[in-house]
Amino acid sequence: MRILGLALGLILGLAGPVLAFEVEEQRFYPGTGTRVLRIISTADLAVFTPYLLAFQQQRPDIGIDYTVTSSADLAAAIRDGAPFDLALSSAMDLQFQLANDGFARSYRSPITADLPDWARWRDLIFAFSAERAVVVVNAERIAGLPLPATRQELIALLRDHPQRFHGAVGTYDVRESGLGYLFATKETRSTDVYWRLAEVMGRLDPQLYCCSGQMIDDVATGRLAVAYNVLGSYAAERLARDSGGRVQILRMEDFENIMLRTAIIPRMAQQVEAAGALIDLLLETGLRTTADDWPLPPLGQSGGVDEAGFSPIRLGPALMVYLDPLNRRAFLAEWENAMEQR
Amino acid sequence: MTPTGSIGRRLTLLLAGVAALLSFLSWSLVTGLAREAAERTQDNVLVASATTIAETLRSEQGEVRLELPYSAFSMLDAIGEDRVFYRVTAAGALLTGYADLPDPDKALLPGRVHFQTGDYSGEAIRMVAVQRVVLAGAQPVPVTVTVAQTRQGVDEIATEMSRLAAALSVGFFVVAVGLSAIAARTSLRPLNEIAAAVSRRGPSDLRPLRRAAPAELAPLMSALNRLMDRLGQSIRRSEDFIAEAAHRVRTPLATVRAQAEIALHTISDETERQRMRGIIRAVDESSRSAGQLLDHATVAFRADDLARDPIDLADLARQTAATLEATAALRDIRLHLDLVPVAVAGDAVLLDSALRNVLDNAIKYSPEDTTVTITLTTVGKMGRITITDEGPGLGDGPTEMLTERFRRGANTAGIVGSGLGLTIARDVVVAHGGHLDLQHGEHGRGACVSLVLPLA
Repeated sequence: MRILGLALGLILGLAGPVLAFEVEEQRFYPGTGTRVLRIISTADLAVFTPYLLAFQQQRPDIGIDYTVTSSADLAAAIRDGAPFDLALSSAMDLQFQLANDGFARSYRSPITADLPDWARWRDLIFAFSAERAVVVVNAERIAGLPLPATRQELIALLRDHPQRFHGAVGTYDVRESGLGYLFATKETRSTDVYWRLAEVMGRLDPQLYCCSGQMIDDVATGRLAVAYNVLGSYAAERLARDSGGRVQILRMEDFENIMLRTAIIPRMAQQVEAAGALIDLLLETGLRTTADDWPLPPLGQSGGVDEAGFSPIRLGPALMVYLDPLNRRAFLAEWENAMEQR
Repeated sequence: MTPTGSIGRRLTLLLAGVAALLSFLSWSLVTGLAREAAERTQDNVLVASATTIAETLRSEQGEVRLELPYSAFSMLDAIGEDRVFYRVTAAGALLTGYADLPDPDKALLPGRVHFQTGDYSGEAIRMVAVQRVVLAGAQPVPVTVTVAQTRQGVDEIATEMSRLAAALSVGFFVVAVGLSAIAARTSLRPLNEIAAAVSRRGPSDLRPLRRAAPAELAPLMSALNRLMDRLGQSIRRSEDFIAEAAHRVRTPLATVRAQAEIALHTISDETERQRMRGIIRAVDESSRSAGQLLDHATVAFRADDLARDPIDLADLARQTAATLEATAALRDIRLHLDLVPVAVAGDAVLLDSALRNVLDNAIKYSPEDTTVTITLTTVGKMGRITITDEGPGLGDGPTEMLTERFRRGANTAGIVGSGLGLTIARDVVVAHGGHLDLQHGEHGRGACVSLVLPLA
């Protein structure tokens, strides 16, 4: 028995970390030198390519290997010691937990020092973009109805027109999407109507998504009338602009979730210097005050409070509360109860 | 006298040393207290967090259940950016959290908070564990909630406070050193004042010091006064002795001279007469020296309590010149008086003594068949008696030295003298508030001695 255990241990040990994560996209940007910066990220290539090209303009010698995966897989990969030099994620809670549990390296530069306190934690995590969760509607599908400005109004709208919205309401599947889970847990604490909204959506056979992009696409095609808690990046705004008014982005006035997209340098990183240089570039774009045409919004006003008085989700140990398996199980049970009332 | 270091500097250094010690002590005290306070704050937050978690423990269908409250974690970033670890175990089995967190090093008691410091994940942590017994079905299950946090926030607060305390301590030290210097100077002021009072005094002022002095300086003052008193007595005794001795020597000398004169007249042999004249001259000199010693003692005695009688210097000069007319005539020296009335206030005996000694010197050092001139003038508020001769002058050395006691000019070889004449003259005019003025004569010949006295 003991020998068998030892053998098993040896095999597992020799096999090295099993890289159990699903690669959604991957691209290699060759550099003139031999150094390769391996990035694992939740941001699509479409969103992130401009940053990578800008970086290669500064440092043409460094090649970039860019891998896109889900936030949960990203966190798991870093935990398993996957050889990445930089991890960029929209799931603040998972990123925070990685840093808290010692999977991040500290990094300091003049630019990180410029970062406001709320946008970094311990020289381990750096926020480079603040993005808000919005409601995206298809104007054609809700024609004749008042546009909701608060969750109460959204609830009333959905409740009063069940035929029109049946099967046409989309939101994150919080079981799959780390970001959706983060938004949902944050909302349960920030507003008392979240569960009521969930129940109302649950009665309408909601479509559940892993990612914002697909939700926006489905709103644009008219498959969805309303998508709740969509990440309102510039891409979504551009799409809304280009749709000629068919896709509209609504910001809720009662409460807004603002998420920080964060970067960490994993403990296993080898190209630490290059990773730091890319963090500096991301922070520069995050701290910009001009309306440059970068795909991701900047961090925004000083103090982290936006014009409507909402501040980004705070980087701190409280982010780990809902990551606790017991809490997660309890939350998901309640969520499933509310969402799946067929 | 070699100074053995300054009391003021020593006092300042001592006080500065004390200030440095106190500054250092207060710095380390504040640093320690700040750390203590920060640690206690962290402990309190950790206890609150662990207690909040423990309060959510409940039993559901015979199993221990809990929900991590949001507040239990959100309160943990109150101190700083510290990493948080937690663990909940029921009867030794992990319910949730970090399985490899160190176990409490002591048996836990329900309701008691256990504190522990250790290492986890490469950093020092502070750990708090509380235990609660939960009834799971019929079975009481001890549940342990452990919350741990790294100590970076505590370190930062302690470092910041320590830096602040260091700046304050340095400031305190600088101020204390400044104040020490002032305090040292202030407390030494009476001593400096006494020293200044003593050094301001004239050379013969031996009166006791009468001034308020701090208690610590009273022994020094009375010792100084006793010393001056003894010194004064000693000086008076020796002056008395000199006066007595001179007086006693003069009388027998007069007798010897008279006898020698008689003998001179009775001797016919020229060689014997020559020898007898030598004896008479020597006796004269001795008598003169004794007279000068007596004068000197008189000056010292009378100057202490100087009379201020109105005196016309012209009268005085005339009388003094008259007494020396005979001596001058012996060597065919003419005394030429050029006088105007000059009124001064003083002691006639002393002034006569001064003038006589200067005139006597002039006659003694003048070659035969020359003139000694006494001129009386007033310059501003001073009267001036100038005695000019055609003798060898004052020599090349510094003229001030000639007024030292028993000091004689370099060019006086061959002439008998005691070296007291100018000393007596100077002491007298100084006692009267004037001074003695020594100048070389015109055309490099002769001496020009002036007694300068304030007008009445």
